[in-house]
Amino acid sequence: MSYSPPRDRLWFLRRRAYLVFVLRELTSLFVAWSAVYLILLLDAFADGALPAFWDWAGTPWVLALNVVALAAVTFHAVTFLNLAPKATVIRLDGWRVPDFMIVGGNFSAWLAVSALILWVLW
Amino acid sequence: MILRVSRYRPGVDAEPVFQDYEVPDRDDWAILDALNHIKDTVDGTLSFRWSCRMGICGSCGMTVNGEPKLTCGTFLTDFTGPVTVEPLRGFAVIRDLVVDIDPFLANLSKVTPWLVREGEEPASEFAQTPEQLEAYKQYSMCINCMLCYSACPVYVLNPDFLGPAAIALAQRYNLDSRDMGDRFDVLSSEEGVWGCTFVGECTSACPKHVDPAEAIQRYKLTAALRSVLPFSRRRS
Amino acid sequence: MSPLRRRAEPYLWLLFGGGGVVSALTLPALVLILGVLVPAGVLSRPDLTALLSNAVVRLALVGLVMLALFHAAHRIRFTAEELLGVARWDRFIALTCYGLALTGTVVTASILF
Repeated sequence: MSYSPPRDRLWFLRRRAYLVFVLRELTSLFVAWSAVYLILLLDAFADGALPAFWDWAGTPWVLALNVVALAAVTFHAVTFLNLAPKATVIRLDGWRVPDFMIVGGNFSAWLAVSALILWVLW
Repeated sequence: MILRVSRYRPGVDAEPVFQDYEVPDRDDWAILDALNHIKDTVDGTLSFRWSCRMGICGSCGMTVNGEPKLTCGTFLTDFTGPVTVEPLRGFAVIRDLVVDIDPFLANLSKVTPWLVREGEEPASEFAQTPEQLEAYKQYSMCINCMLCYSACPVYVLNPDFLGPAAIALAQRYNLDSRDMGDRFDVLSSEEGVWGCTFVGECTSACPKHVDPAEAIQRYKLTAALRSVLPFSRRRS
Repeated sequence: MSPLRRRAEPYLWLLFGGGGVVSALTLPALVLILGVLVPAGVLSRPDLTALLSNAVVRLALVGLVMLALFHAAHRIRFTAEELLGVARWDRFIALTCYGLALTGTVVTASILF
């Protein structure tokens, strides 16, 4: 005879780390939105309707949504690039490359890709 | 200092209830010392597991103020107000602070946690270089205290999940140069590494710095590459 | 778990991981420029004609959309199951999430090619 507690529906509120985890996972909603936004942009381009698209994108609620999306995808980028060395343990001749070097490489790549995108679109 | 201790007496209580005990507020006492004080001088019916008092045996894990902790290594001076002591989350409670560890032991045995050898026994001892030892040593520090299971929301929601310690122990043997076993089928399953969503709290909870979260993510990559690459090493 | 799903899980995780990396590297800059600065009038509207006439760029965009969508689908699948406790409907949730990701990828490819 033993006691098993019922499922805790609000488990993610019990500890700060759980809440940060759930917020990290929910950034995926905005990753999906960003992809959809890109699809809408490309569709407008293909239809020759880019001016109308930019006008729509400039309306307050779309702009507000994209500001939130920017915060979310940035949070995603920081958390994802920070956690990447957990899966990729790199050994060079038996010497384990420390996590901070892998993370440093990740963030350098982020900076380089962002600069490339800025250069292409400006 | 007040200790709010979760009590569950099977057949008497329908569900656990809290009972407050006044304990001396001593600088050198861990929570476990306070519990033993209660058992020895106040209430002999209080049940809990403990053995070594020095963070080696792994039997005194409990939920202290909501956090999974070894009670022998968590001191009264770490707290100011009343301290709540509950059984480890994620496991059925047998009595008071004692939980049923059978599901955990069953999960451990699923990963063949020993050196698997094929062919003839080596004629002399099997020497390892420091690098070969270093490859798995961290994962061999596990004391099976189950704090990582208690900290893992995936395990608490789904008891079929193999869980952090079992997968870390599997990696302890996978990365051992002497081992010839293959744990792919049990690890690369939804109850194995694919059930993990990388909350990372197993690693924060671990009192021995084993880093089970890293073990799981590493095996995800190993299993994924082995599944995708047609000529990858599959020993079974 | 069926053998089919046992085989699918590693591929779905690789798409999730690859998508996570690609999204992390590209989406903040893309959303900042195309979603915020250009619509707000801070930057002028870019001329995409020359850029999108390049087949390599179009192919990269299809890959980016695919990886981002599969990354999101994987996380939304597990987060929904953990937050709402609906893991028993995993098959239905997985098919919906990955199905939508695949649809988005096909739509993008049909727009660009």
